[in-house]
Amino acid sequence: MNVVTNNKWIGQRTIRPDGMDKVTGRAQFAADTNMPGMIWGKVLRSPHAHARIKSINTAKAEALPGVKAVVTARDIVDFTIEKGAVMLGIQDMRWMCRNVMAREKALFPGHPVAAVAATSEAIAAEACKLIEVDYEVLPFVIEIEDAIKPDAPILHEFNKFEGKPSNIAGRLEHKKGDIAEGFKKADIVIERTFTTRPVHQGYIEPHACLISVTPDGKTTIWSSSQGQFMVRAMTSLLTGIPQSDIRAIPAEIGGGFGGKTIVYLEPLATILAKKSGRPVKMVMTREEVMRATGPTSGSKSTVKIGATRDGKIVAAHGTFYLQAGALPGSPIRGAAGCSFTPYDIPNLLSEGYDVCSNRSKVAAYRAPGAPIGAYAVECVLDEVAEALKMDPLDFRLKNAAREGVKAAHGPTFPRIGYIETLEAARQSDHYKAPLGKLPGKLQGRGVASGFWFNAGGESSAQVNITEDGNVVVTTGHPDIGGSRAGIANICAELLGIDYRRVSVIIGDTQTIGFSNLTGGSRVLFASSIVVTQSTEQIIKTLRERAAKIWEIDPEAVKWEDGAAHPVSPNAGQFPPLTLKDLAEKAPAMGGPIGAGVQLNTQGADGGFGTHICDVEVDVDLGIARVIRYTAVQDVGRAIHPGYVEGQLQGGVAQGIGWALNEEYIYTKEGKVDNPGFLDYRMPVCSDLPMIDCIMVEVPNPKHPQGVKGVGEVPLVPVMAAVANAIYNALGKRFYSLPMSPPKVLEVIDTPAPRQAAE
Amino acid sequence: MTELRYLAPNSLDEAIKAFVAAGSAGRILAGGTDLLVQMRAGVVKPGLIVDIKKISEMTTIEETADGGFRVGAAVSGMALHDHPRFGKVWPGVLEAVNLIGSKQVQGRASAGGNLCNGSPAGDSVPAMVAAGAIVTIQGPDGRRELPVEQVPAGPGRTNLKPGEIVVSFALPPRPKGSSDAYLRMIPRTEMDIAVVGLGVSLTLKDGVCTAARVGLGAVAPTVLLVESAARALIGSKLDDAALNAAAAACSAACRPIDDKRGTIAYRTKVAGVLLKRTTAIAAKRAEGN
Repeated sequence: MNVVTNNKWIGQRTIRPDGMDKVTGRAQFAADTNMPGMIWGKVLRSPHAHARIKSINTAKAEALPGVKAVVTARDIVDFTIEKGAVMLGIQDMRWMCRNVMAREKALFPGHPVAAVAATSEAIAAEACKLIEVDYEVLPFVIEIEDAIKPDAPILHEFNKFEGKPSNIAGRLEHKKGDIAEGFKKADIVIERTFTTRPVHQGYIEPHACLISVTPDGKTTIWSSSQGQFMVRAMTSLLTGIPQSDIRAIPAEIGGGFGGKTIVYLEPLATILAKKSGRPVKMVMTREEVMRATGPTSGSKSTVKIGATRDGKIVAAHGTFYLQAGALPGSPIRGAAGCSFTPYDIPNLLSEGYDVCSNRSKVAAYRAPGAPIGAYAVECVLDEVAEALKMDPLDFRLKNAAREGVKAAHGPTFPRIGYIETLEAARQSDHYKAPLGKLPGKLQGRGVASGFWFNAGGESSAQVNITEDGNVVVTTGHPDIGGSRAGIANICAELLGIDYRRVSVIIGDTQTIGFSNLTGGSRVLFASSIVVTQSTEQIIKTLRERAAKIWEIDPEAVKWEDGAAHPVSPNAGQFPPLTLKDLAEKAPAMGGPIGAGVQLNTQGADGGFGTHICDVEVDVDLGIARVIRYTAVQDVGRAIHPGYVEGQLQGGVAQGIGWALNEEYIYTKEGKVDNPGFLDYRMPVCSDLPMIDCIMVEVPNPKHPQGVKGVGEVPLVPVMAAVANAIYNALGKRFYSLPMSPPKVLEVIDTPAPRQAAE
Repeated sequence: MTELRYLAPNSLDEAIKAFVAAGSAGRILAGGTDLLVQMRAGVVKPGLIVDIKKISEMTTIEETADGGFRVGAAVSGMALHDHPRFGKVWPGVLEAVNLIGSKQVQGRASAGGNLCNGSPAGDSVPAMVAAGAIVTIQGPDGRRELPVEQVPAGPGRTNLKPGEIVVSFALPPRPKGSSDAYLRMIPRTEMDIAVVGLGVSLTLKDGVCTAARVGLGAVAPTVLLVESAARALIGSKLDDAALNAAAAACSAACRPIDDKRGTIAYRTKVAGVLLKRTTAIAAKRAEGN
């Protein structure tokens, strides 16, 4: 398939459809919906990191005036361990039912143990205090190193690893060649161990929902999520209400970054609404978000890379231990599967271990697992390049994956754009610019690359021509990265009309066909395929209608610039029939014009990026600041360049936070000690330089517009790029994140390097 | 459910009367940038809120006849910023007050609230200590004055007696060659809480430091007046030896804790670094005065 060039709308920075509402404060987020008769739900959460729940007595809470319903695990559908996995996408419902409400045990401080609905938030909170929970407090474990010790407290006695009860809930490996043989050929081998702390997605909008259940069981959910169909399916599974009776209406979403791909409140609010007969609203506090919703994993990774003197990588071995939190399911697939993928390595073993521990269950976070793995791999690559006295970009170029290379996780690469990102980075003004010098400050530059799988999957679209000749497109994915603007550009391009005539909306579960959730950088890729096919069907209808009016063959009609024309003067001499003309004539010509397509889309290609980072370190205070940053990425085709740049910049901003300051800090009791934005330090605007973007366009040949996912790659290389830059500034390496001021100062003041080369 | 009453009296006497009557259930509201956050977090549940922003003495900035300033305890950071003279005479105090929170918070937050919140990390407090501010306090037994460094008693606690309200800060007149400065160490560039905060006020005559005060925050249960650091500066030309001695004095004065915001070792070292940097800024400003 050839990519169309000379587009009018594809590639334009058109005005985003949600922009006006968001800047004027009109956008309706989940907490903005209210209903007459609405009451408030609150969650009682475990104070303990690990405790067996012996009994729960809700009688006093139920007796409190104003309390309308109480929910415990008894009210939620149990997916028993014995019956085995029931999967919804990548989520095992055995874990989801235990995550939304503790069943046998409370597994982290903040784990829900009951929920109350009352006529006010204050009464609901008061009622929570009246619930008597008899806990048998158990020893707990949080850090990976402790959780994998032979005598560690075990979270799930049923979970066995190598025949014994263990906190290791899973292992996966990707293998290619023979690493033992490979390392024998190496002239230089470097092995390092890295740790990272759990970090939160940091969406500004806390989880919230409003749910109404009518006496006949018809359930309406207004909530903010990355997938209204996921909300419907999970709520159905956890409450027993059939999907046909649940209408999940997506609110405008105030950030998700993967963290809203599972539910927390919706099943509880549904049962509370059902029991009370009243609409129930639940809104988490920031503290609840930080304590009880998924951050991503803390990690411990060991990476060993061997290369020959001439700079060819001959073998690599990565072992990635990731914290799953309370229930299995850490993103080891991203860590083990993505980290080495930019490189053509003949002998490779990449292993991932899923480790349970007493903190909140992880949720997806932008390229889940991949940034953790890439941090370790790209830092070791920097050391290998240095040992070989090679420029780090040249070293990567020499080993870069290209078309025909088989990746360890399975696929043989089609035409990919990784090399183009390296070349663009090398040619950039940034990479050529000298570093500055200031007294008391040291500057350094680092580079790193990254890969993310990207995804296709199920999408549905309905494209309708309005009676006045304009267009309404309905898709089924919450827009978290510009899909509405991208779809408008594409649909306008295909129809040859102004993009402002195309209105793109997100349908609810009962008005649009199943669409998988917004995640995996899949949405514009997948939804533009179904929108394109729908629009092509419409164009076919429009040509047929014009042909009928002109009494010529449909093949003799072409669609161009928003109107039907005879393909040539031979076909007949007729003035063009515009979309408006044909819409007006629709009732007499066969009825309304519209088309819908539903597909399980295929052909998503992975994405690659290469980043350049300059830092400046205040050597007396240990503060490292990023002063210049360039993100280069193969974006396939930038349908809306402004949004693509926004994705790149957003990913980099999150990565800089992860690299420098963000971390979960725990008290001795195992509680999160910094559950708010004051002490959980995400970067603020003034912490960051303008993040430059270089969009390399290597179109995806399997997509009608050449689209590749772009949203997740930009987080993958960042922590390594920052770490390599700090090394370049200080001549000292860091092997753990975050590189916060006390840690940086400690390393500056420590004479010898922490880990010696082999 | 506890009931919450709100009063906004026009006079200090009314405010104190109500505040006394409410006992431990009473809370003073100036900008509310700490109180409202604590209430939302469920940390405090007041029965009575006394809003002092309608009391003119508490929201007035007055330049006294001798060249000093009297700043009402409820004057917002932005109001202080917009005063035509204050920032020229006390740039260090102003920059410290203006570091509290964000631009939006500045429209409300006050130095009085920052002091009464009792946090050892409050930004305005070390600068006020360095400035030698005297606090006027009024309570059921009348008025009294206290050097600002004697107000905090520990984290979240003050030496105010029941029913007492901080009314204003009096800053002394400035001799020629005087200025001040405040620096804090935060991991971010704004919207953060001091890991160490340090204020220096000094007077130079012919390049020699003739007077100095150093206030040091976030390294002990209360903000400290570091007289040993000031002594190291006074009489010197702010040469390296004097600065090193003063920095060492600041580090020695630290009694910090390891917590989520910083380690003992880090805070102790940074206190010394900030002494040198803050002194350099104050001295540069003083040379122009």
